[in-house]
Amino acid sequence: MMNNMLAPEAAKTSGHPAAQWLLNNIVTLIFIAFTLFGFFISDNVTLPFFLSELSSRVFRNSFLVLSLIIPVLAGLGLNFGIVIGAMSGQIAVSIVRYFDGGGVSGLLYAFAIAFFVAALCGYLTGLLYNKTRGQEMIASLIVGYFANGIYQFLFLFVVGVIIAVPATHPMIKPDGIGVRMTVDLVPLKAGGLKYALDDMCTMPFVYALLLMAVCIFIFTAARWIINNRRGESYKNSRGQAAANLLLGGAIAAVSLHAIITDSQLMMVRRVPVVTGLMITALCIFTSLITKTKLGQDFRSTGFSQNVSRVSGIDVDRTRIIATVISTVLASWGQIIYLQNMGTLNTYNAHTQIGMFSVASLLVGGASTSKANVKNAIFGTILFNSMFIMSPEIGQSLFGQALLGEYFRTFMVYGVIGLALGLYVWKAAKDAERASMTE
Amino acid sequence: MEEPLLCFRNISKSYYGNKVLTNINFDVKKGEIHALIGENGAGKSTLMNILFGMPVIHSTGGFDGEILIDGQKADIRSPHAAMQAGIGMVHQEFMLIPQYTIAENIKLNRETTSPNIISKFLGKRLETVDTAKMNADARRALDTLDMDIEAYTTVAGLPVGHLEFIEIAREIDKSDIKILVFDEPTAVLTESEAQHLLAAIKRLAGMGIGIIFISHRLDEIVSVADRVTILRDGELVATKDIEQTNAAEIASMMIGRKVSIERNSETKRNISGETELLVEGLHVAMPGERVRGVSFEVKKGEIVGIGGLAGQGKLGIANGIMGTYPSKGHVVFHGKELKLNDPLAAVSSGLAFVSEDRKGAGLLLSESIELNIAFTAMQTRGMFMTKVLGMGFRNDSAIRKHALGMIKELDIRCESPQQRAGSLSGGNQQKVCVARALTLEPTFLFVSEPTRGIDIGAKKLILDLLLKLNEELGMTIVMTSSELAELRSICDRIIIICEGNIGGVLPPDASDAEFGLMMSGSREKRAERSCA
Repeated sequence: MMNNMLAPEAAKTSGHPAAQWLLNNIVTLIFIAFTLFGFFISDNVTLPFFLSELSSRVFRNSFLVLSLIIPVLAGLGLNFGIVIGAMSGQIAVSIVRYFDGGGVSGLLYAFAIAFFVAALCGYLTGLLYNKTRGQEMIASLIVGYFANGIYQFLFLFVVGVIIAVPATHPMIKPDGIGVRMTVDLVPLKAGGLKYALDDMCTMPFVYALLLMAVCIFIFTAARWIINNRRGESYKNSRGQAAANLLLGGAIAAVSLHAIITDSQLMMVRRVPVVTGLMITALCIFTSLITKTKLGQDFRSTGFSQNVSRVSGIDVDRTRIIATVISTVLASWGQIIYLQNMGTLNTYNAHTQIGMFSVASLLVGGASTSKANVKNAIFGTILFNSMFIMSPEIGQSLFGQALLGEYFRTFMVYGVIGLALGLYVWKAAKDAERASMTE
Repeated sequence: MEEPLLCFRNISKSYYGNKVLTNINFDVKKGEIHALIGENGAGKSTLMNILFGMPVIHSTGGFDGEILIDGQKADIRSPHAAMQAGIGMVHQEFMLIPQYTIAENIKLNRETTSPNIISKFLGKRLETVDTAKMNADARRALDTLDMDIEAYTTVAGLPVGHLEFIEIAREIDKSDIKILVFDEPTAVLTESEAQHLLAAIKRLAGMGIGIIFISHRLDEIVSVADRVTILRDGELVATKDIEQTNAAEIASMMIGRKVSIERNSETKRNISGETELLVEGLHVAMPGERVRGVSFEVKKGEIVGIGGLAGQGKLGIANGIMGTYPSKGHVVFHGKELKLNDPLAAVSSGLAFVSEDRKGAGLLLSESIELNIAFTAMQTRGMFMTKVLGMGFRNDSAIRKHALGMIKELDIRCESPQQRAGSLSGGNQQKVCVARALTLEPTFLFVSEPTRGIDIGAKKLILDLLLKLNEELGMTIVMTSSELAELRSICDRIIIICEGNIGGVLPPDASDAEFGLMMSGSREKRAERSCA
């Protein structure tokens, strides 16, 4: 505007809008294509099986993925450090399991213990992130490995050698030192933690769908009306509202059709209501916190630490708060995950959590500097669809389900690499363009 | 007489024993526009840092003297304290978050909030941000400035002129703002935007706010300010009523050197009429040193100086021609069109460049002196290389021989050619850079800021060296420097760059006022007209 020097070159780089859109959503599109391709070539995946698998995985993992959003807003990037939260959750679950806690009370104990352990760990990781400014993501990855070392020391050595435990306890290895590789969490009916949250209350899948559609309608209408009443009608977007209504309408139509015709969708596994409510609550929490002063500070810090500091925001403290919230949420997410699995895979359950959750969020269209609830939920659904389909694709294409497993790993790391690479590439492009047109 | 709003009393400040401000005394009255002018390094920014209680001041031992606000001694130890004392600043670099709306930026960290259920338990920080009220407040601030733009517009993509006004709106939205500092507010604005801004500043002064107006544009100062204070080398030269002075006088007070320019008139110089380098319409996108269409020519055997204030684009010219920053335009060297944006093409055509960024682009600090001297020649010319089975190997003995020659020739003070370049003093590092450029056997040398960060004795040596290269080898030299005195001591003519364009060309013996006016972008006539 000031002066259009070198502008012709700049114009060339921006490209066609359709190509731009394709580039921005390439990761998501690859996953959709992959899942559809899987359906297309494998004939032993039935829709009810797929949806049963998918819904249980989504309910299991969403909470963890959602815990990644706040650090992204605060400019910390993708917090691979949620594995530390996951470990805190496992410590809490182990303690509750050791004292034979279970049911709702056991669950509440686990949440409470996890809160304190994770808050402490989150504070410490937050301090680390403030020291490694600009490299938070790699720091979070490494600190996760480091914490894993401490975790193993704790579970393999401290338990038994420093803390005296009876060798006869089902959790403890026969020699009396260390925790077993896998610990059975004991079904709810036997007073344990397995399905303690999920089985509190369940409902049929199609009814859940219908409920979801109704929620979408109410939410869209409420937001529209509230914005109008506050005199902020500029916030309303007709396109967005129409898309929401269309989505709600489609879901409602599918579920009503299934209920009326008693189609095969009625065979899909029942869904856990309380877990669903917790996930919904976290979604609401995450969107509401951005509307508070704290959330505004998160965003300011995320956009520009320098400007925020000059404006008097305590940048370091804000970043620590974001890390603590994320770590605590991840610890709770891990508890939800474990009670659904039913067994505690003591030394493995947490290791992949960071990667898988980050990949899910990226698949949903998020980047290292932008993420929202919609990205998280949509991404979890897509990512897990790929997870279910990949062995099937391996089976159909190569006659070996194992090849699909390899494919799965390839997709997880590939997607993280692709998303990060694209992000950096686009940022560099934009910076170049800005320097040319300024 | 009315009590002044803000007084600086005997302000002195030194950084690590280096005196940057000495006994500064002046005051700003209510509703006054007080201009502050001085060359780069005159101490303007240090003074403002003191006023704002910036950490850089207090972490280096504070300052001497005192600041009075409304006649009371003010102890400003942090930017926050400055804000509470009613001091605001419109930054030269915009402190805005582009992704936010105008209202969010105006209210940054001063958001209007309303309590909700959760905040009653967990504290004020969880109160809901009241965007509607923020928009309304922002609207009021924007109205004061005559801006008809919706407060909920996102800042990204707005023209630069608007950004400036949003910054101002943020300051006046703060309640009881008393003093507002404008740091080079018009530097990035177009003519009409600048006029609009100056009108707004006058209006703010009319509201009783004391304004400190830092600018190097003399005609602006003359037309808008009530009084002007001139700083030079950390000392206050004068504070004058604008009616009793004029642009030419301010300019000469700003430049005026106590040291005389020593210049050897006897020359063995050999300037031919042949044009060696022709530059036409050169644009360079060097951040902070943008060049906007510069044309000039250099004759063979000449020493041409490029001068101007920092940030005006003088450094961009050499960098653009040598291909270190994106550029466009025409450069003809030795009658051949030079390919731009290609450092290799520039170096192999016989141009050499001693960069202003000695530590970043100039030297491999942890490598030996000899390797530093040979490095560019090895890379671009394949010099000092032996071919064995088609692979190039470094010829250490040739490098050593050449380096020893250079060390002797340029009198580089070092223990051995294997000493790390980083352990040399600034002047000797600079000589290594020159040696490296000479290794390319250039006929044409660009030298940027050759004496930056070098003590006085070494400065003279470097300048003598350049002169010697010119006289003995007939090398054409284009020297870019912020120090006018040094340009005037060896150059045949000096091109002054202002706002990315050529402000004019002056002989080295032109008067201080002429240089001052040209560097400030005001022609004598224009300045006189505006004060008339």
